[in-house]
Amino acid sequence: MKGGTLSAPLRALLALALVFAAGLVFHADGAFYRWDTHHAMLRQASVHGILACGMTLVIVTAGIDLAVGSVLALAAVLFSLLTIHAGWGAPVAIVAVLGAGVVLGASSGGLISTFGLQPFIVTLALMVFARGLAKQVSGGQKISQAVLKPDGSGYDYVDLPRVFDLVDSRLLGGTVWVVTLVFVAIAAVSWVILARLRVGRHAYAVGANPEAARLSGVPVRRTLVLVYAWSGLCAAVAGICQAAQEQQGDPETGTGYELSAIAMVVIGGTSLMGGRGGVALTLVGVFTIGYLQKILSLNAVGEAGRLMLTGAIIVGAVLFQRSRRNG
Amino acid sequence: MDSRTPYLTLRGIRKRFGRLEVLQGIDLELLAGEVLVLAGANGAGKSTLVKILAGVYDDWDGTMELAGRPVRPRRPHEAAALGIACIHQELALVGPLSAADNLFLGRERSRFFGVDDRAQAEAATLWLERLGLDVDVRLPVEQLPVAVQQSIEIARALSMDARVLVMDEPTSALTVMETKHLFERIEQLKSEGRAVLFISHKMEEIYRIADRIAVLRDGRLVGTRPASELGPGELVLWMAGRALTEHVRASAPGEASRLCVENLSVADPARPDRPLVHDVSFELRRGEVLGLAGLAGSGASEILGAVFGRLPRTSGRVRVDGRAVPSGRPAAAVRRGLAFLTNDRKADGLTLSRSVVENVTLASLPRFSPGGWLRPRREERAVRDLAQELDLQAPSLGAPVSTLSGGNQQKALLARLCLTEPAVLLLDEPTRGVDVTAKARIHRLIDEWSRAGRAVALTSSELPELLALSDRVLVLHRGEVRAELERHEATAERVIAAALGGAA
Repeated sequence: MKGGTLSAPLRALLALALVFAAGLVFHADGAFYRWDTHHAMLRQASVHGILACGMTLVIVTAGIDLAVGSVLALAAVLFSLLTIHAGWGAPVAIVAVLGAGVVLGASSGGLISTFGLQPFIVTLALMVFARGLAKQVSGGQKISQAVLKPDGSGYDYVDLPRVFDLVDSRLLGGTVWVVTLVFVAIAAVSWVILARLRVGRHAYAVGANPEAARLSGVPVRRTLVLVYAWSGLCAAVAGICQAAQEQQGDPETGTGYELSAIAMVVIGGTSLMGGRGGVALTLVGVFTIGYLQKILSLNAVGEAGRLMLTGAIIVGAVLFQRSRRNG
Repeated sequence: MDSRTPYLTLRGIRKRFGRLEVLQGIDLELLAGEVLVLAGANGAGKSTLVKILAGVYDDWDGTMELAGRPVRPRRPHEAAALGIACIHQELALVGPLSAADNLFLGRERSRFFGVDDRAQAEAATLWLERLGLDVDVRLPVEQLPVAVQQSIEIARALSMDARVLVMDEPTSALTVMETKHLFERIEQLKSEGRAVLFISHKMEEIYRIADRIAVLRDGRLVGTRPASELGPGELVLWMAGRALTEHVRASAPGEASRLCVENLSVADPARPDRPLVHDVSFELRRGEVLGLAGLAGSGASEILGAVFGRLPRTSGRVRVDGRAVPSGRPAAAVRRGLAFLTNDRKADGLTLSRSVVENVTLASLPRFSPGGWLRPRREERAVRDLAQELDLQAPSLGAPVSTLSGGNQQKALLARLCLTEPAVLLLDEPTRGVDVTAKARIHRLIDEWSRAGRAVALTSSELPELLALSDRVLVLHRGEVRAELERHEATAERVIAAALGGAA
């Protein structure tokens, strides 16, 4: 145990360095040495990274949020419906979608803390429910520029609102994608919550020992509701980014994203047992998995191989983290 | 003395936990066909001895002989195979399984690769009939009364041909009638030549069932004597020991009342008919230290939990400085000026993976985070000062609290209480598992609190400590106040007599 807190980030960084070194070796004819590759990696990892930031807070409380992938899809569908079909202005639509994410997340937190239910079960239920809601709202269709005519005889094509291109564009001389900036902002706020705010300290205490926290007067229920609400908000943000990148609201999108978000958090070194870890570690995890995916696709490893390798590397990374505790 | 040869002989049994030697050379003989009662206060070592017999511990010194043959059970099933059966306070049955299944658990009668349910049911019925019991052995045992469940355990022991039965407070959950039946069964076991080692805290029971009485105190055997030759007074004296430690504090309680508890009751979720705490009232004045004495299960610790609101109260009012404290809401209790120390610091006191600083400031965070923003430097300064004052030694204040020794962990928890500047402190076993120097510092801290006008209510399984610290002692027996003793009246003998259910 001694020095464990010191070596956790080091181990996570070491894993990232190993992956990065693999990229230097398997550079796919120099593709890995081009800046564009790294920007693209960041763009692709951003949506997952946003989910992982919210997930970090949840996992610190010894919880889990399986619903984020479905909430992402619901947010993408809602955002597309409101802006493309209903013609709402972007700011109003964004506030409405974020509000929906917060409400869904807070209801998970409320159920878990009020009735003492297991986070796994509650968020599994919400995962199914939110996916169904996304399909209900969208009528099972992708919400895109093609709008069904009122008489059902065909499609009208409308213009894509500007906000879609805005979110999916580059800034700073074309070097950084807007979604990446959104990710960085979400990561910064998540870090502040966990490391600088009272509610973050409460989250660690609840994760480390809920009864000790309760006996010390920590508002356990409020803490859990806030933490899951933040995760819901992150999922909604990610959903808006996803809609912008796909230029549509697909009710089937984001399937399995909750698992990559969990993998990013865990590879960073945040313990699923709760009470330790943090957003900085998660960032390392996001980069590790992001680079891994990028290197595999650069080298044209097929999807089958990519999935198997990713699975194996997650197990390896977690075993690596465990050896720290035994040592 | 009895001329029969002992069936079970223990010689020089020693057992230590870390640096603490809880059994310091116990010699005990158990004769066939007798009931030997093992008596002693909490922490005397009774349970440890039972666990050695049951094969739960295997790292003890000394010898054990069964019918003249040296044995050493290293696992519970080895003890069972030797014919030693233990019936614990908490019954070891599998609730959803039937009585028959429980009786033959682990040695099922099989037929065609399956369990022969009919043969098991027949055999189980026979065994239970021998104990005078007529029950449907196919019912899940959790639907049967506790007394019947206990009989099933006894039947299981008999079906394995146990020659030695160890019963650890078997009557604690029984009604008077059920106890009577149990005693009849024990008489039957005796007449069959089996040996019974019986542990009880209840005076009248001890004298109803015992052939001989052995008394443990602080890990040593005080003596063994036939029940007819050891009177109740002498038994209490054996359990309590002679003149105990001097009082460590000069008491000077003020007049003003700080804590007022009226008609407090707490239900036992497992047994609605027998409350854990029943109609307890008391008052605490400025600077007063109140000791809650009682044997295990007396309700002392539950009273502290219910006053704080950790346990839900079924009735009763609690007021701190005149303001009501709601039931079941620790956060509100903390705001009202109550501070609670749990008796199990690892299970529900510390957040082990977090730093010393975070653990100490946890209950007073609003002070260190105005507007919700943490002020780490302010926290560290406050904790550094306190650590120095309490002589709390840590590799660093940022290190996980799990790296500290037991005594320092306890100091970290007490420091947490200090920072909340409470009006009333509820301390459940404040010195459990800490070394002597930490213990002395904690005693001084309690004294400092009382001088500062705070009120303290505490429990301790070490009677001398309780008597030394308390201005007043409430003695509890089965959740009720049996005696209230002022400091000059509170002798170990009177407290133990009342705790056993007698008059003080």
